[in-house]
Amino acid sequence: MQQTQLGSLDNYRKGNIEVIKGKASHYAMSNVFEVASHAAPYEKVVVGKNLKYVIETLRAQGVSPWFCASHDEFAVALDGEIDVHFIKPSDGALVAENVEGTVKLEGEPSGQKMGFVRLRRGHQALLPAGAAYRFEARKTGVLLVQTILGSASVEKWADICIQ
Amino acid sequence: MDHAAFLQSVVATDPDANTGYRTFKLGDFEFSRDAYFVTVKWPAQGQTRSHQMHADDFLRAMMRDVAWGFFYGWVNFDEVLGTRNHYGKVDMYAGAYNASFREAGVDYTQQFETPIIMATFKAILKDWVNEGFDPFAAPEETGSAFGAKHGDNIAAIDRTRIATKRMPGLEGDSPLRDDFPVNRQFADVSQDEPEIHAEPGFEGQLHAFSLFKYLSRSDVTWNPSVTSVCKQSLFCPTTEEFVLPVFHGNDRVEWFLQLSDQIIWDVADKDTGEPRARITMNAGDIAAMPADIRHKGYSQKRSMLLVWENATPDLPKRYESGELPPYPVAL
Repeated sequence: MQQTQLGSLDNYRKGNIEVIKGKASHYAMSNVFEVASHAAPYEKVVVGKNLKYVIETLRAQGVSPWFCASHDEFAVALDGEIDVHFIKPSDGALVAENVEGTVKLEGEPSGQKMGFVRLRRGHQALLPAGAAYRFEARKTGVLLVQTILGSASVEKWADICIQ
Repeated sequence: MDHAAFLQSVVATDPDANTGYRTFKLGDFEFSRDAYFVTVKWPAQGQTRSHQMHADDFLRAMMRDVAWGFFYGWVNFDEVLGTRNHYGKVDMYAGAYNASFREAGVDYTQQFETPIIMATFKAILKDWVNEGFDPFAAPEETGSAFGAKHGDNIAAIDRTRIATKRMPGLEGDSPLRDDFPVNRQFADVSQDEPEIHAEPGFEGQLHAFSLFKYLSRSDVTWNPSVTSVCKQSLFCPTTEEFVLPVFHGNDRVEWFLQLSDQIIWDVADKDTGEPRARITMNAGDIAAMPADIRHKGYSQKRSMLLVWENATPDLPKRYESGELPPYPVAL
């Protein structure tokens, strides 16, 4: 049996585009491990964009700020070991219903601790609407976040895409 | 019409005395098969035109079209035959997206109410898929599609895309796959689960699962299922082996994120089929499929692919009108 090839921060092999007609940039192709390896910890770099919806890749290293969104978001760990801690806010909604995307919070919000989930490679967690959450990497890794373009999103397409 | 009426709308002959297969009519199209080939006929310029496909290729393509509910946009069975989804109605075409057929004026398109074409396609699969052949499986995992009619495989062809409201494993949502065996090519994929440590009173409110374990237990290839829903943003991962049985034409931008191994994509012009690019994607690579292309993938080992779709209504019209550019990012 051929071994299953999974990428990591330390071991990835970026693919390529053989253009026949058009431009390589039409495909906005990058590699999430490469992008995360050049990013600051928990910088939410957009690697996929479909109108307002985005996929972000994050270098999970150390402890992140607290985040929250008015809608469900999802995180998939592709490398490392990462805890996600949750707080149920006690002073009403942290993010207005009409604000989309991830909002970075100033400090730890007041509220009830909900617990945490521990993710390793290939694990997916629900980041439920309205709950505050924070990542704590037990082992440096890479996260994907499915969300909507927001104030914490970072776009740097020219730096990350094959052209 | 109700479901029974749609079934009654299927037009088919009695089984052929030699091959055992029925011949089907869908509007002006005629579909027949023999031991090795499927033949499709249509009218053009006062004549009858015809096209042949290997029976296994045809059945794999038609199976995806049925399972995906005609999917987003165009499902090209090959360079001649295919369907276009208008979400409520579906075009069946021959040569309409092939530059040579169009130029010669021998292409043909006919539109059907979705339940009518779906009932006919299902009837074809029911009659033409023999015992031992699974059109969802990789070639190494299934028997032959060829020969005279022998039995059927209803259980195999009744599988569809799994619909998820929020995330698999949540109460009232789609199930996990813990009861499915690990696929032979993912025997080395870790089956460990995330740890959930909920504080008292929050049990059931924190949720996580192993996406890689879930994918390693998929019993189908090239059949995306939804695993997370962020408003109209759908993560639809799937496992791929051998070749995508269709050339999928995009009516919107979709994205691929290669989760494991490698897929090579042939990309061509949506309307003419002219080649545009060949993209090699390894684990961690992410790329857009623009709204004006068709694509077909090749996966020499079973791999995990995250297909990312935007299900926002009216996108096909907005792309077709030029309101939205076909490329997702201006560089």
